[in-house]
Amino acid sequence: MYRALADAIRDAEARGQKLAHVALELEAADQGRTVADIRAALARALGVMRGAIGDGMTGDLMSSSGLVGGDAAKLRTGPAGPLAETPFRDILARALAVQEVNAAMGVIVAAPTAGGAGVLPAVLTGLAKARSLSDETVIDGLAAAGLIGAVIAERASLSGAEGGCQAETGAAAGMAAGAATEMLGGSPSQVGHAVALTMQGMLGLVCDPLGGLVELPCVFRNATGSAIALAGIEMAMAGITFAIPVDEVIDVMGEIGREMDVRYRETAGGGLAATPTGRRLAKERLYQIKRS
Amino acid sequence: MVSLLDIIGPVMVGPSSSHTAGACRLGLLARGLVSGTPHSALLELHGSFARTGEGHGTDKALVAGLLGFRPDDERIRTALQIAEKEGLDYRFEKTTLSDSAHPNTVRMTLDHGGIKATLVVSSLGAGRVLVTEIDGYPVEITGNFHTIALVAEDKTGSIARITGILAEHEINIATLRLTRKQKGGDAFMVIECDDSPGEGVRDELRSLDWVRWARRLDRVSGG
Repeated sequence: MYRALADAIRDAEARGQKLAHVALELEAADQGRTVADIRAALARALGVMRGAIGDGMTGDLMSSSGLVGGDAAKLRTGPAGPLAETPFRDILARALAVQEVNAAMGVIVAAPTAGGAGVLPAVLTGLAKARSLSDETVIDGLAAAGLIGAVIAERASLSGAEGGCQAETGAAAGMAAGAATEMLGGSPSQVGHAVALTMQGMLGLVCDPLGGLVELPCVFRNATGSAIALAGIEMAMAGITFAIPVDEVIDVMGEIGREMDVRYRETAGGGLAATPTGRRLAKERLYQIKRS
Repeated sequence: MVSLLDIIGPVMVGPSSSHTAGACRLGLLARGLVSGTPHSALLELHGSFARTGEGHGTDKALVAGLLGFRPDDERIRTALQIAEKEGLDYRFEKTTLSDSAHPNTVRMTLDHGGIKATLVVSSLGAGRVLVTEIDGYPVEITGNFHTIALVAEDKTGSIARITGILAEHEINIATLRLTRKQKGGDAFMVIECDDSPGEGVRDELRSLDWVRWARRLDRVSGG
């Protein structure tokens, strides 16, 4: 797979192709498989993503610690805020739904990881519904997202333990923004700007889950990460460009991750996990899990 | 080389790709080593596995892997109860292995009707796994390939004989690593294969009088 998004964008523009198709052809060559075979694997992933959204929206799931659950349903049926009746609110609900399923040991697609698994399905399926986009378009979106994620894995990291939450939900938001921009008809270069405009807003985000569990704040970070992705998509589609090239934004995410104190890298030693309430809840809930 | 399907995947039971999906793969690897669901399993958890494993279902996922469940199998949630029904007597302990051990590491001591194995395995993140020790021998097995591990007397022509047997069974070798503690001492071989060597191949290798020990592990990850 590509090591620089700039190279993929250049190839796609030179051939007049979507980034998704450039990515699918290269993946097929790399893995000795056919494009149809890879699309079929992505179609299966999309089915699992939709299943998780459906399960999470019902609202009767609770994580094993009891720290999270039931909030996706509140966004679906609760009182209206400024985003009521918009795709934006629906996308937030979808992100919570997938992460609530994940925390309750349900089946999800790690995309790129389990902790950041809510953003991509939320943004892609939410937009597909709002704009009546075909499954083929969403599968292309997943391919483009995979390309962006692969570049982030090569240049920076996709692990909260290595790079903080910016490497998990931040990467997921960048992937979702780029993929959705292409699904909505954006050019390869607009995709690059969507990724950059999104990831600049996630830089420095720490990984600070209570008790080290993929629950709190992870569930909500997937919703807020989706919101930042939507901001990136909206700006890029409007023709806004980001002056720092996308590969440099990714590089600096990796650099910030490497410099981040270990307390902020999934160890529950800092951030929200280390607040007085965070420590108390983690202690109580871990005790509850042991007894259950 | 990062694959697109590694990024959009794996499909898995939550909540953690390292502590749940990876842990399940560790159990699967170990199960292959003793040719089926063990009757007894001592699971010694190290580092982050010991500290946050219960909240991530690491205990359930490890046992699920030993039972032969894949990372996307929803039975992971009830694996501990299923183990009791299937006659898998498991026991968890917390331990501290060496300082150099990966934070997500478990030492497993298994017995399947007299087929015994002790292995040290780690979950590296994003579902990737690594076997670092089998029966006291240091190894590096990723689970991305079907693998044969064996100990043989340090004997001229041994590699030719072993690769010959694999060739007869039309098994293509992806990588082969050979280590020995000293000249004339036992040689330790790890052979990663594109095709799955059956138990027949393993038994044929075992039947060579200069092969002391041979194990096969099925691929547990990769597209």
